[in-house]
Amino acid sequence: MNVGLNDYLILSALLFAVGFFGVLVRKNTLVIYMCLEMMLVASTIALVAFSRFNGTLDGNVFVFFILTVAAAEVAVGLAIIVALFRKRGTVQVEELNALKN
Amino acid sequence: METSLFYFFSALTVGFGLAVVLNKNTVNAALCLLVSLIGVAGIFALLDALLLSVLLILVYAGAVVALFLFIVMLLNPKSGLKKPYNKISLVAGTIGAALLAVGVRSFVKHGQFPTAPAAEVFHAGLKDYGAKLFTTYLLPVQVVGFLLLISMLGVIVLSRKAESQEETK
Repeated sequence: MNVGLNDYLILSALLFAVGFFGVLVRKNTLVIYMCLEMMLVASTIALVAFSRFNGTLDGNVFVFFILTVAAAEVAVGLAIIVALFRKRGTVQVEELNALKN
Repeated sequence: METSLFYFFSALTVGFGLAVVLNKNTVNAALCLLVSLIGVAGIFALLDALLLSVLLILVYAGAVVALFLFIVMLLNPKSGLKKPYNKISLVAGTIGAALLAVGVRSFVKHGQFPTAPAAEVFHAGLKDYGAKLFTTYLLPVQVVGFLLLISMLGVIVLSRKAESQEETK
C-alpha cells in the first residue's frame, strides 16, 4: 500500500484538531501558545505534502518562510507573556480578566 | 517500509501532541511538544524535504522549545494547584476538534487527490532552494529579514523594565 496525499492531509487535519482542542481547553497561556505552534506545524505538513505531490518546490519554499516567521513570532509572543506575568503576576487565562468590570 | 515509517511518525506526532494538551506539568508539555516536532520532521523527510526536516529540528526543537522551557522555568507558574481544564470546556473542545477533524476528513475523502507523486524524483536540494530563494523569492527573503530585525527590536522593547511607565503611575 502506498502512502497517498490523502493520508498526509488527514494527518495534518488530525494534528491541527489536536492543537485546536488544546487552545480551547487549556487555561495556561504558555500551553495555549504551544498548541498554537502545533497548529502552525500541522498546516506546514499539508503544504509540504501538496508540494511533493505536485512536483514543484514552491510549497517547500513557503514552509521555509513560515518557519522563519514562526521563530520571530514565538520570540515576540513569549516576550508578551513575560510582560503580562510581570504586570499581573499570573499566566492563567481565567485570572486575566482586566476588561471584565 | 515507507508506509510503516509513515504510521510510526504519525503516531509519534499525534500521540505526543495529545500529551502536550493533556499534560498537567508545563515542562512536560514542552518536552512532549519536542517529541511531536521530531515526528513532524520525520514526516518531512518522508516527503523528500530533507532541508526542511533539518530546519524544523534546528528552529523548532533547538530554538522554540528551548525558549519555551526557559520561559516556563523563569515564570514558574503554579501548575499543580489547579485543574488545568474544567469539564465544560473539555466537552466543548472535544466537540469542536472532532467537528474540525471530521470536516477536513470528509473533504479529503471525497476530493480527487493523487495517490502517487507527480514526479518520482523530487529535486529539493540546497542548490534548488538557493536558486528559488535568490530569483523568484528574492523580495520575500528581504522582507523576512526585515521582519526578523523588527521582531528583535520588539522583543527588546517588550522585555525591558518599563521605567517610564512606573513613573507615570
